[in-house]
Order: sequence, then structure tokens, then C-alpha cells
Amino acid sequence: MYAQMVDTGVRSVKDAAAMTPEEQAFQARIDADVKVEPKDWMPEHYRRTLIRQIQQHAHSEIVGMLPEGNWVTRAPTLKRKAILMAKIQDEGGHGLYLYSAAETLGVSRDDLIADLHAGRVKYSSIFNYPTLTWADIGAIGWLVDGAAIMNQVPLQRTSYGPYARAMVRICKEESFHQRQGYEIMMHLAQGTPEQKRMAQDALDRWWQPSLMMFGPPDADSVHSAQSMQWKIKLLSNDELRQRFVDQTVPQADYLGLTVPDPQLRWNAERGHYDFGPIDWREFYDVLKGNGPCNRDRIRTRVKAWEDGAWVREAAVAHAEKRAARKAA
Amino acid sequence: MPPDASLLDYLLRLADTDLVLAQRLGEWVGKGPVVEEDIASTNVGLDLLGQARMWYGYAGEVEARIAGTGRDEDAFAFRRDAHEFRNLLLVEQPNGDYADTLARQFLFDQWHLLLLRALSASADERVAGIAAKAAKEAAYHAERSADWVIRLGDGTDVSHARMQDAIDGLWMYTGEMFTAAPAGDPLAAAGIAVDPAMLKAPWDARVSAVLAEATLARPADGWMQKGGIAGVHTEHLGRLLAEMQFLQRAYPDAKW
Repeated sequence: MYAQMVDTGVRSVKDAAAMTPEEQAFQARIDADVKVEPKDWMPEHYRRTLIRQIQQHAHSEIVGMLPEGNWVTRAPTLKRKAILMAKIQDEGGHGLYLYSAAETLGVSRDDLIADLHAGRVKYSSIFNYPTLTWADIGAIGWLVDGAAIMNQVPLQRTSYGPYARAMVRICKEESFHQRQGYEIMMHLAQGTPEQKRMAQDALDRWWQPSLMMFGPPDADSVHSAQSMQWKIKLLSNDELRQRFVDQTVPQADYLGLTVPDPQLRWNAERGHYDFGPIDWREFYDVLKGNGPCNRDRIRTRVKAWEDGAWVREAAVAHAEKRAARKAA
Repeated sequence: MPPDASLLDYLLRLADTDLVLAQRLGEWVGKGPVVEEDIASTNVGLDLLGQARMWYGYAGEVEARIAGTGRDEDAFAFRRDAHEFRNLLLVEQPNGDYADTLARQFLFDQWHLLLLRALSASADERVAGIAAKAAKEAAYHAERSADWVIRLGDGTDVSHARMQDAIDGLWMYTGEMFTAAPAGDPLAAAGIAVDPAMLKAPWDARVSAVLAEATLARPADGWMQKGGIAGVHTEHLGRLLAEMQFLQRAYPDAKW
């Protein structure tokens, strides 16, 4: 998933006694793992939280097309170009499923896009980092899609039916993307000294931002508890982050690359890697709009939308003319 | 030219034209007017890229027959300079606005489909096989771009004007698609290639019908720019290649 710090609109989680009978019945269904469907009754905060979360995820897919699109015209071989184009196309498709899932909650795609362009909703902080070399395309596949999968696999069991089902399809494609990214890194890591340098540099730049994708530490994550009670979120930020580190460090070792964290070491007692502190100041700065690419990403999206307005208007006008001619 | 040398040149025309147009479509990634179009346009680009790779693959084999060794697809795509590219001038024209992009696609697609269908009956089995596979994809491309020309031509006043401008501006690059093969061309005589002049009448009929439905005026066949097939291009190709070939040129020893 690409959603971070999704606001649930509630300050504390209600226990059963504080719930209305409707809320109690709703919570009982969630606890029994019965999926919530669009026409079912749901608490307003649940609906709004889901819209925010799915919307963030959808926007992340769409904005995420830009850093990768930056290398489509410069991919080093025809095969790599084809794989990259197919991957970005998949991401557009994910954006579409997710917008559709959000629309089942009573919002329109146009409204969601307007929210994005006005800065009212976020997309994942990770896409505010630049793709400076070809190795960044490998690193995004390996680390960013890897982190996304870590989040998304549990979401296949999330409580809202349309979201869970969209996630099943998305997960299949994401794991394919991750393998493709890792394969790019393998070629670079086994390549010329310049290619190895490129690969290490990409890992150095993408490692911390990838860890930030899981959101702030559990202790600072005010909305997680409510989302977990609703089963919109199934594992905590820190649990997911630890899983990601445990999975990724051996992969970096295999590539012969060094994870940029002097405190990283295997803790046999815990059965996990210990890792150093994350620069959360940077995370909050990027969320505030101060990442290296926030301005460019939104400007590019807004420009594409505005430049395309006459095309969309023409398509609607033509469809209306056709319908009128048919009726006449 | 001996038959294999002619065939190599012909295959590179097909491959280069597909590749250059795929490269142009790649420039649109993430910036289309609506996500559905982003996906559709990338899909067309991917198809064309796949077709280019098939043509380059066969070109490499033919080159090996001539020279003992043949280049692979990446050597053809990334290690030749502009004067060695054989693509049509039409496909190297810049994307412009969405009307320019779709007009370019439309004029090309209608020709491409006719060409591939004709090549499906080539006396060269490999050519016929690749063409038959590509024709299925091209049929979808031709339908999509024709639909868009109609939609924009018969949409709003703004879209009508933009599409008319786009068609008018690109028209002078369409003549090159129908340049007749030189007299005594061994490929045409052997039934391997298609005489492009044969495609003109059906292309005219199809394009005129779509433009009429789109309420657009069909430009007169005036001066036609030519040169792509001979390796004499517009200024746009050099920049397109500079961007596309950057990594292979900057790191010539690297494998990717």
C-alpha cells in the first residue's frame, strides 16, 4: 500500500459499551471477518477513512508513474524499455481499480483528482524522490514495490470487499514488478565498476525513504489503532517495517551491496535485524511538501490534467452528439 | 542491391519506423489526458516496440547471411546514428498536443494495417509470420486512432480546429509512405515486399471516410516531404536518438 498516516477522524478507539447498536453490529461483523460491501451500513468515519486510504493509494499509483516514466525514453535496451512501459501501464491500471473501489463509497474520480491537485490529499512520500540514474528504476522495483507488497499482501484480507478484491489483483502484478526491479539490480551489481557504483548509490538514496513508506513509528501513529479495529489495516507500521528489513537485507547481501546503516546487524535473540534510527524529520518535511520533487510531481499532474481538458470535453461532446443523432 | 541487402534495408525500414513511433509514445507516459488514454497509448507503444524487436531480430539474421555476423536488436537501435535510420519522417515528428499525436497515429495506423495485411502474404515466410502477428495488433490501433479522429473532429469547436490543424500539418509527411519501389527492386519482384504504391488507393478511401465522419477537410495532396527511407531526416530524429541512446553511448562496455 502507498497510504501513510491516514486520518480516521477519531481521537480514541471506542469500546463496545460506547458504541451505538448499529456500530456494535458492524464491529461484530468485522470481528467475524465478514466483508463490508458498498450497500451495507457503515460508520461515517469508517467510510471517510477508507476513501482517504484508497484515494492515497490510487494517487500514489498515478503519481508513481512519473518517476519511472522519467526513464522510459532512456531505458538502456529494448527489452528493458518494454518491461518498464508494461510496468507503468500496470500502475495506471492499479490507479483505475482503486479509483473505482473508492467510487463505491460515494465519491467521484474527478473529485478525488481535484483533491490531489489542490494538495488536500497526499500520495506516498516515496514518489517525491527523484530518479537520477537507471539504477533508480531497479531500486524502485526492488525496494519501493517490495515495501508496497509488504503492506498490500495483508490488505487482501482487509474488511472492505471492493478494496480487498482490488488488492488481490494488484499484489500479483506488484510481485512481478519487484522481481523485475531486482533483476535490474543484479545486472548492475554484476556489471562494470560504473554500474556497481550506480547500484550502490541508488540503494543509498532509496533505503531510508523506503523504510518511511510504512509510516511513523507505532508510538506516534495516532490513527493506527482505529484502522486496526476496523481491519482497514492489519499489521502495524513497525511490524511491517521489520518484515521488510528482514526480507531485504539478505537480498542486498546477495547483490554485494551495502545497506547504508552502520547499526544494522542480525539479532539472533530476537530473530530479526536491528536497524538504526530513521530521520523522521525528513519524512515530515516531505509530507509537508518539501521533498525534492513534490512541486514537480504535482505540477506535472496538474498540467497533464489541464492540457487534457479539451480532449475530455470533446469526447463528452461527441458522445452527446452521437446519442442525440441516434435518438433523432 | 543483392536480394539479402535489399531485404535487410527493408526490414530496417519497418523496424525503425515502429521503434521511433514507440519512442514518441513513450514520451507521453504518465501525462495523457485521462488514465484510460495513458494506458491505451502506452499499450500501442508497447505493441510497436514488440514489432520493432521482431523485425530487428530477423534483420540480424539476414545480416548474418550477408556478413557472417549480424547485429542484435540493441546494436541496431542504440548504436546507429540518424543517417542510418530508415524510418518514415511522419513518425519522428514531435508529439505536439494530443491532436497532433493522434493525427500522426491515425495517418500511420491506416497505412500500417494495410501494409501488414499485404505482407502477411509475403513469399518470405518469416516476413509473413511477423506481419500476420503484427497485423492483429495494428487492426486495434487503426480502430482506436480513427475513433479519436472522429471524436475530436466532431467534438467541440476547439477540438475540431486542433484536429484539423494537426491533419493539415502532418499531411506533407504522408506521401513518403507510398513511394514506389525503385524499378527492378528484387524484393517486389520476388513477392517478398509490397509495392507501397498499391496501398495508396485503399488508404485514401479509408482516410477520406474517417475524415468525412469527423467533419474534417481532407487536405489536398500538395508537396510531400521525403527522405526518411534514404536516411535523410528532419531535425527531430537526432534529438530523439540522443535521448534514447544515451546509456549505451555513455557506457559502451556495460551490459544491462
